[in-house]
Amino acid sequence: MARQQPLTFYSEPLAGVDPGDLQGKLLVVEGPDAVGRSTQVALLKQWLEREGHAVLDSGMARSALAGKGIKMAKQGNTLGPITMTLFYTTDFADRLEHEIIPALRAGFVVLIDRYIFSIMARAIARYESRQWIEQVAGFALVPHAVYYLRAEVETLVSRVVLGRGAFDFWESGMDLRFGPDMYESFTRYQSRLIKALDSMVEPYGFEVIDAAQPIERIFRELQRRIARQLAGQAFSPAGRIRKSPRRVKA
Amino acid sequence: MNLFLPNRFRGKLIVVEGIDGSGKSTQISLLSHWLLSQGYAVVFSEWNSSPLVKQTTRRGKRKEMFTPTTFSLIHATDFADRMESYVLPLVKSGAIVCADRYAYTAFARDVARGVGRRWVRNLYRFALRPSLAFYFRVPLDVALGRIRGGRDALKYYEAGMDLGLSRDVEESFRIFQGRILDEYEAMAAEMGFHIIDATRSIEAQQREMRSIVMRELGESLKTHVLKLPPGAEFNGQAAAAHLL
Repeated sequence: MARQQPLTFYSEPLAGVDPGDLQGKLLVVEGPDAVGRSTQVALLKQWLEREGHAVLDSGMARSALAGKGIKMAKQGNTLGPITMTLFYTTDFADRLEHEIIPALRAGFVVLIDRYIFSIMARAIARYESRQWIEQVAGFALVPHAVYYLRAEVETLVSRVVLGRGAFDFWESGMDLRFGPDMYESFTRYQSRLIKALDSMVEPYGFEVIDAAQPIERIFRELQRRIARQLAGQAFSPAGRIRKSPRRVKA
Repeated sequence: MNLFLPNRFRGKLIVVEGIDGSGKSTQISLLSHWLLSQGYAVVFSEWNSSPLVKQTTRRGKRKEMFTPTTFSLIHATDFADRMESYVLPLVKSGAIVCADRYAYTAFARDVARGVGRRWVRNLYRFALRPSLAFYFRVPLDVALGRIRGGRDALKYYEAGMDLGLSRDVEESFRIFQGRILDEYEAMAAEMGFHIIDATRSIEAQQREMRSIVMRELGESLKTHVLKLPPGAEFNGQAAAAHLL
C-alpha cells in the first residue's frame, strides 16, 4: 500500500503515540447546533460502509469516562463556562486516546460529529480566551479534512422550531443569558458561535459547505469531497498536496 | 503573559503545597482556625472536591481509565468548578480562602506523569493568583516515614502505578513522589513560594506561617477583608463549624 503523509498534532504531541502508525482517515463534520450535522454523519457512515470502509463515528459527550458526568452536570444550574469547556475537553481527550487513535491505527475511516472546534467556539462565544483554549486543545490530531456546515442563524431558528418545536437551554446559551428569553438568547449566542467558527475557516483549513441547501444536496457534496479525500487527491488542511495517494479498497 | 488571573478583589487566597506527608494540611488547618479566631471570614477549599466532577474522577480511578492527559484534564475541570462557583465569588466578597493544594500540585504531578510543562501551565491560566503560596519542603524519606503506618494502602494513581515505574506499589510511590518533589523544587523560585522547613516542629512552622501572613498581608487584612459580624465571637464554635 502506498504511504500517505502521517497525521500530526496541532501543538502538543500526545505521549506514547507515533503518528506514523496511524493509517486511517480522520474526517470531521463541524457546524453550529441544529445545522444538520448528525443527519449527514449517519448518511455518510452508511455510504462509507457500503463502499467497504470500516467506519468509526464519534461525537461529543460520548466518552466512557466523562459522557455521563457531562450530562449530569448539564442538568443542574451551576456549570460554569470554564468548567464546561474543560469537561468537554476531557471527554474529547478520552475519545481521542481510547477510540479515535486505536481506530486510525487499525485503518478505519473516523468520522467525527464535532471536533475541538465546537469546544473552542463555545468557549470563545462565552468570552474565554481564544489563545487559552487553542493551547489546551493543542493535543488534537490535525484532521485530513474539516467540513464546516455553515448556515445563517435564521436557518437554525427555523430548523429548531420546525424540527424540535422548542429551544434547548444550552443551545440557547442560557447559562450566560445572552438575551431576555430563549429565542433572543439563542439567536445572539448562535450568532457568536457562527462568528467564532467562521474565524477558524482560514487558520484551520475548513471546507465550507452551504447548509441551507436540501439534505440530499449537502450529502452529495460531502460524498464528492470525501471520495476525493479517500482517493488521496485532495488538499490537506495545511494546503499541501498529498504526493503519494492512498489506494482505496472499494 | 500572566501565569494566573491577578487578584484585584478585597479577599485573599492562601494556598499550601508540598508532597504527601509534608504536613501542609495540618498547617493550613491551624492557620485558618487562627485567622477565624481573629475575626476574619475564612473558608476552606480542598483539592479534588467539586460536586459536579468528582463522580467522573472516581469512575476513572476505579476503572483505571486515565491517561496522563485525561488525568490532568479532569483535575483541571474539578479545579475550574471550584474556582468559578466557590473560590472566585468568595474572594470577591472579601473572604480569606485557604486552599489545601492549588494549581502547583498539577504543575508538579502532571509533569511528573509526562504531560508537557507549558501545556499544563497554560491549562490553569484562569486560576486566581494566590496572595500567599507556602511550600512545605521536606526530604523524601522524612515524608515517606510520616505516611507509613499512618494511613490506608496506597492507591493506584497516587502511587503512579499507571506509569509502570515499578511493579511494587511502595517502590512506585517512592519514585513518583521523588519526581514530584523534583518538580516542586524546580518551580519554587519562579512561583515565589514561601518555603517552610517542614522538618521542624509543628509549632515552629505555624509560628513562621503566621508571621509571614502578618508581614505580607497584615495591613490589607485589617482594611479590606470581610470580618465576621459582631457577636459571632460569642458563638465561635458554631461560626467555625459553619465556615470551615
